[in-house]
Amino acid sequence: MSGDQHDSHQTGTESYAALRTKALESLLVEKGLITTDVIDIVVRAYEQDIGPLNGARVVARAWVDPAYKQRLLADGTSAIAELGFGGRQGVDMVVLENSPTVHNVVVCTLCSCYPWPVLGLPPSWYKSYAYRARVVREPRAVLREFGLELPASVEIRLWDSNSDIRYMVLPERPAGTEHLSEADLVPLVTRDAMIGVARVQAPAIPARR
Amino acid sequence: MNGIHDMGGMHGFGPVVREENEPVFHYDWEGRVFAMQVATPVPIPGGSRNNIEHMDPAEYLTTSYYEKWLHSRIKGLIDAGVLTAAELEARIALYRDHPETPVPHREDQDRVQRIRAQLRRVESPRRDVPLQPRFAIGATVRACNLHPPGHTRLPRYVRGKCGVVERYYGIYDFQDAVPPGTEAPPQPLYAVRFDARELWGASAEAHSVVCIDMWESYLEPA
Repeated sequence: MSGDQHDSHQTGTESYAALRTKALESLLVEKGLITTDVIDIVVRAYEQDIGPLNGARVVARAWVDPAYKQRLLADGTSAIAELGFGGRQGVDMVVLENSPTVHNVVVCTLCSCYPWPVLGLPPSWYKSYAYRARVVREPRAVLREFGLELPASVEIRLWDSNSDIRYMVLPERPAGTEHLSEADLVPLVTRDAMIGVARVQAPAIPARR
Repeated sequence: MNGIHDMGGMHGFGPVVREENEPVFHYDWEGRVFAMQVATPVPIPGGSRNNIEHMDPAEYLTTSYYEKWLHSRIKGLIDAGVLTAAELEARIALYRDHPETPVPHREDQDRVQRIRAQLRRVESPRRDVPLQPRFAIGATVRACNLHPPGHTRLPRYVRGKCGVVERYYGIYDFQDAVPPGTEAPPQPLYAVRFDARELWGASAEAHSVVCIDMWESYLEPA
């Protein structure tokens, strides 16, 4: 196996995990410790509502509103709460600003800590052994695999989320987006850019004759 | 503990594999494990990360993320005395031998409202205690060479290395495991910046640093 945990989804252990989960749910519901609708509502919340669109709204607001950006960098938790986001795995948020000279990247080498309220649950690659092991030691090589080549003049700053602080990257606003509104900027901001493994790209300019 | 989970700097895991248009959960059971972990009102004795870190290393490497959560949730419920291993085994056997057996279904709107609020409102482990931080921003510090057998947030790759205090976050609950009966008062928490050359020597990539959060007891003056 390549070291990617999701390889094990392809094996027979998958059905055993499903079986154990079913047995556990059955016992917890029977004992009155949890109800079926609570499980359903939590699953739905993280599948539908709590995802990277929240973070994208924070980033777009910071790009168009300098005072908001200042508050966001000074106290990430409060500024993010202004937009209605916060809670589990994001009670103490720190936002890291990328610039032409500094590029921030977030990892959790010990497990997979991730700012749920703004980015949702982490993608497989963020949880993979390869990313956790490598990005602190060879960030440029890893970023290159993501298609991001940074000049040697840019300092790469890794943030290993080992405490209860949760980090999110404020990417640079791409050139050529000055005319775009906050609402137009939101869809440009990707999850990967807020982890720090990508930059935000300006939208392709429609060809003119 | 010096466990398999402490992966920073390791070789041999190959490229970072990405999945296009990845779903939040790949299987229904993953979502249900996640929800049972988050919403079952039984704290895991010793903490979830502690349970996962103490898995057999070979098992750690060959189980998926949510399988680890399932392991931790089950162990936590057994340790808390809420569930017995025999009870669970019997229920697994029931569903294996009679897959058509329905899972009990219960609903409770009050609980749904409560969990909705709980996802949004979680208490910070930051403590308002009058404690002077020992190190100033900009101070040169060394990460202590500690090897505790229980849960720690001090990864191996920074132990014994020198860095500079980059940020100060305030006083936070200490998350390392401590011997039974021992107090673990909250401590000042910092982000400390380590130059890549300090961490990885001559093989370090150019112009890169690692910032990592450090409770004060992880640090000594350098």
